[in-house]
Amino acid sequence: MTNADITQSLQNDLRAKFSGVNFDYNYAFGNNVVHVPKEYVVSLLKHFKDTGRFDFLMQVAGADYPERAKRFDVVYEMFSSRTKERVRVKTQVGENETIPTVIHIWKGADWFEREIYDMFGIKFDGHPNMRRLLVHQQFVGWPLRKDYPADLQQHCTEALPIHFDNDPSYVPDPNKDLVPLNIGPSHPATHGTLRVMVQLDGEKVHRANVELGYLHRCFEKMAETHPYNQVIPYTDRLNYCSAPMNNIGYCKAVEKLLGVEVPPKAQAIRVVLAELSRIIDHIVCIAANAVDLGALTGFFHLFTYREQVYTLFEKLCGARLTVSMTRVGGMANNPPEGWFKDVLDFCDRMSVGVDELDTLLTGNKIWIERTRGVGSISAADAIEWGYTGPCLRAAGVGLDLRKAQPYYGYDQLDFDVPVGSSGDVYDRYLVRVAEMRESLKIIRQVCKNIPEGDYTIRDKNIVLPEKKDVYGNIEGLMNHFMLVIKGLRPPVGEIYDATEAANGELGFYLVSDNSAKPYRLKVRPPCFAIYQSFSKQITGGQVADVIAVLGSMNLIAGELDR
Amino acid sequence: MAEALRTADRELVETTRSFAFTTKLESIVAWGRKNSLWPMPYGTACCGIEMMSVMGPRYDLARFGAEVVRFSPRQADLMIVAGTITEKMAPVILRIYQQMLEPKYVLSMGACASSGGFYRAYHVLQGVDKVIPVDVYVPGCPPTPEAVLDGVMGIQKMIADGAPRPWKTSWKPGVMR
Repeated sequence: MTNADITQSLQNDLRAKFSGVNFDYNYAFGNNVVHVPKEYVVSLLKHFKDTGRFDFLMQVAGADYPERAKRFDVVYEMFSSRTKERVRVKTQVGENETIPTVIHIWKGADWFEREIYDMFGIKFDGHPNMRRLLVHQQFVGWPLRKDYPADLQQHCTEALPIHFDNDPSYVPDPNKDLVPLNIGPSHPATHGTLRVMVQLDGEKVHRANVELGYLHRCFEKMAETHPYNQVIPYTDRLNYCSAPMNNIGYCKAVEKLLGVEVPPKAQAIRVVLAELSRIIDHIVCIAANAVDLGALTGFFHLFTYREQVYTLFEKLCGARLTVSMTRVGGMANNPPEGWFKDVLDFCDRMSVGVDELDTLLTGNKIWIERTRGVGSISAADAIEWGYTGPCLRAAGVGLDLRKAQPYYGYDQLDFDVPVGSSGDVYDRYLVRVAEMRESLKIIRQVCKNIPEGDYTIRDKNIVLPEKKDVYGNIEGLMNHFMLVIKGLRPPVGEIYDATEAANGELGFYLVSDNSAKPYRLKVRPPCFAIYQSFSKQITGGQVADVIAVLGSMNLIAGELDR
Repeated sequence: MAEALRTADRELVETTRSFAFTTKLESIVAWGRKNSLWPMPYGTACCGIEMMSVMGPRYDLARFGAEVVRFSPRQADLMIVAGTITEKMAPVILRIYQQMLEPKYVLSMGACASSGGFYRAYHVLQGVDKVIPVDVYVPGCPPTPEAVLDGVMGIQKMIADGAPRPWKTSWKPGVMR
């Protein structure tokens, strides 16, 4: 089906269901959009879910247009794992209006709606826990509204006490002697700045809650105040365990909005970078997960390989961790002589490394006892929460955007999508190990056939000329000057574009008003959706399993809190 | 008799010199302290990942006597602030710092911890030195592990020299600087 067909069939479908109401449809930049009045959002989403047309609610985003009569947009991003269709449902909300929640249709809407409340002050009717999510509790105002200055800080003087207001329907049992336990935000097992609060009944978790936002670095506001290319370093710091993938995801979205395609060589380099990042991301996840459960050897051993990838990145661009290697339109420069050979050599060593990891953990009795059957989740529940990536595949859903919506020639490559069955910590581990092997397979195929040609497009309105031209001839100097002064200006419009990052679907919802800075940039961080289910998953389990489940979700505070 | 005593005395001094040396008490204490720093890694963001590399096999902080990472602040004397500190985190890091026992040192790793970095933003503390006193600032985003090792050596030098630390003595908890 072409996209125009999808629009048509969607129109027919919705006309039949909602007779008498005329929704506004449009198709732009490869995205299907339906504009609906806010009263119809719930029934429309329910219709999508009930008919099975769309099974994923990928994200809910907000946007602010102060000069409009109804100033806010609330945007629902839908995806069907069956037909791979996407549609965006948009509705407008006025300044003092509320909008009904969709949490009873998709559980995964929970935190996305809370985030919109936190950032824009839009209240969702019927949401059980309409509280601030990311910024601290003493914060006054709505930071992502256009009238809030980006650099106006408000100090926080008190840490939040332990609280469990995520479940208002909870009725305390006076006969139970419960012990509260606070883990984080500064705790070795929380991988950064996560905070988990539990109430224990003996060794069992009676109820649980999480608090996030301890690393809320205002990525989205920063993106609105920086030119397109200067946003790239900020994207590095979203998922800092696999920084190049974020660069690629962001640049791909901007390029799609600009309507350009990067040259084959740039695509190949991006694929190699992405797969190397996937490997090192999985290394951190598995190594840290094992360390938390007492297996320190894996960490020290696997970090040897991680360092080797850092060395490859360093050769490519000079930075180890936060590489900012991509540019809108291609790459920053050509890889040095012999770099692909180095990558292939690394692949040989890494294959041995993965095998060693396999022998260390896969058959390890303690590892199996600690992880098998822990944190299991069914495929239906995982979809409901918005799981993507290895955690979803471990639950038995073989969804991988590299296969489902191939980009950069992934459809030409021979690789498999490993799938688990029970969705527990052990399956997640197995899926990640298998994915490392598949990534090695991909890298080998790509490195053996690196296309000839340029590493970037040469459109003078998008890419800066090479330094030798800037200093060597007047035209190069002029083009450089013009692009720096005028900036990179995508056409007016908006786009949602996603790539398969190490944690799952990394989406960028980008709105452009033809200025040099993004009007709105919303990230759909994969672990944000996964982490929502955490308190439900650990309730009823052992307190020691909390750490195992936490580690297996691979929560990266940078992309969780942004 | 006197001659025999003098000989014995000289022999004693010579023997002692073969295995002992004289020093000042504070120097020997400082020597012990600087070679057994126990870090409390306060890794919040990207720098935390680089800090893992500092601890890891290639850069190996153990060579500087600082491999005993203590996640309990009560057992640590060097806080490595690795990563962005947000406004929400500020009261938490203050409390962790106060729980550390004297003498204690703070190494601010990276641009964010030192100054807020390129996050001139509504929810980011513009440098951890607004809430706790910092002894060494390591630049970089994130700094290379070599730079962090250099920072740790800076702390070691500070301990060995016993240099005054006015930023620490004039510090008051809860007062934003």
